Amino acid sequence: MTYLPPGLPAPVTEADRLDLPYWEGTRQGVLKVQRCGACNTWQWGPEWLCHHCRSWDMRWVAVEGKGRIWTWTRCWHPVHPALKNHGPYLAVLVELPHAGNVRMLGNLLGDPQQEVVIGAAVEAVFEPHDEAAAPYALVQWRIA
Amino acid sequence: MTSDTRSLRGKVAIVGIGETTYYKHGQSPEPEFKLALMAILAAAEDAGIDPSDIDSFASYSNDRNDPSRLAAALGTKELRLSNMQWGGGGGGGAAAVGNAAAAIITGQADIVVVYRALAQGQFQRFGRAAAGGTVSGDNALINPYGIFVPAQRYALKFMRYTHEHGIGREAMRAIAMASYHHAQSNSRAVMYGRPLTEEMYDSSRWIAEPYRLFDCCQENDGAAALILVSAERAKDFRHPTAYVLAVAQGSDHRNAARSFNAPDFASSSFGPVAPHLWEMAKLGPGDVDVLQSYENFTGGVLMSMAEHGFFKPEEANEFLALENLLAPRGKLPLNTSGGNLAECYMHGLELQIEAVRQIRGQSTAQVPDAHVAGVIAGPMVTPVSTMIVGSQETL
Repeated sequence: MTYLPPGLPAPVTEADRLDLPYWEGTRQGVLKVQRCGACNTWQWGPEWLCHHCRSWDMRWVAVEGKGRIWTWTRCWHPVHPALKNHGPYLAVLVELPHAGNVRMLGNLLGDPQQEVVIGAAVEAVFEPHDEAAAPYALVQWRIA
Repeated sequence: MTSDTRSLRGKVAIVGIGETTYYKHGQSPEPEFKLALMAILAAAEDAGIDPSDIDSFASYSNDRNDPSRLAAALGTKELRLSNMQWGGGGGGGAAAVGNAAAAIITGQADIVVVYRALAQGQFQRFGRAAAGGTVSGDNALINPYGIFVPAQRYALKFMRYTHEHGIGREAMRAIAMASYHHAQSNSRAVMYGRPLTEEMYDSSRWIAEPYRLFDCCQENDGAAALILVSAERAKDFRHPTAYVLAVAQGSDHRNAARSFNAPDFASSSFGPVAPHLWEMAKLGPGDVDVLQSYENFTGGVLMSMAEHGFFKPEEANEFLALENLLAPRGKLPLNTSGGNLAECYMHGLELQIEAVRQIRGQSTAQVPDAHVAGVIAGPMVTPVSTMIVGSQETL
């Protein structure tokens, strides 16, 4: 069971493989973001070098899938054919305080009409899409 | 510091403006390239010049209508400048004028047309995603969660901003109603004859919270164009001259950090840009007589105005009362042609044209003695851009 109906575009690793460790991690139930080996700066999304000290030594670090809601939207208008007649759904931008406050987007699981509170604690849930031509897993969030 | 020699102030003028009929999206009977030609010819006629004397072309948002083809079609005697603002979509509207002005000042162009044409029936719409397939890069971190279009992406920004600053729905509604109010005196406007009431706004459907239908711009077909020449040449033209007083473009620190990781994500992107504008214009927010501020979404207008210093974020609810935003006598008349919401989503170039009309005294919602007009191009993207035009009296 996936949060959104089938037919949305499937994520694939970039041709240059910059984000390969992230997508490999989500399939194994591990959430990885970048951290600079030289200055310890956290970085998300991925980039080739550290935005703080310009080191090329960017490492992939497993982080605990816990965060808090930084902002959100409840989407009503179906902008994609797969969402037609689906009804509203929630997207949350989650901040990870233990990983330099990097933010990542996901859906907030549960009732799409639920009240959403900025600052609420959430935890990651890995959502497998094993049926895809190139299987992947999304990172979703539920109230902790 | 911007020295006088490193400034656009008063050195370039907008001497011609033109647009096609504005249509609802998909309803233009003409193809997009023909719309572009029609707008350019209208601007040349307004300026009183032979269209083949236009030697330079500038646009933004990857406009599909290539200057070399336009030049061949128009019989352009000599093509000198073919310029595209890189990135930022509708955020590039003022930057295209700035790029054109810079080319004129530095001797790379003489008569420049800044143009934009859209026929979204012929091509893909902005507000609807294509079906199926795969996505990579930043989109892989966003699209599988059902976030595709600007309304959704920029809902995330403004939702946070409303949380931080206590913004009320009434402020958003006033922005929408100002545009619709002004469109009712503008027969070019797509929403001419279709006024918006508070009840209609309040009961309109959600698109992506906190945006309702009337917080979101239209999508339209049409084209618009402006003709720029040096200030020296401008004296020979027939309309009162609208001078470019300042243009600034850019965005804040790491604005495009992937997965919505811009440090100042809950913003219009004008934080560091607006000070450059005021410095070059040698003016401040209090000097602006009339403001055109790009409404992709009402929340973007609110943040743009705050970041330009028209009010502090905590003053937004008070400042954005409808009576303050209406021509002729409001404190700061806003989007006096109807703007993107109610005149036409000509990707913001209709706002530039309206600023020129205000300086000329030709607006359908004229502000008396308008000498300084601001134009803020599309907010919340990167890069954004912003400009000031002024009358002869401001030089």
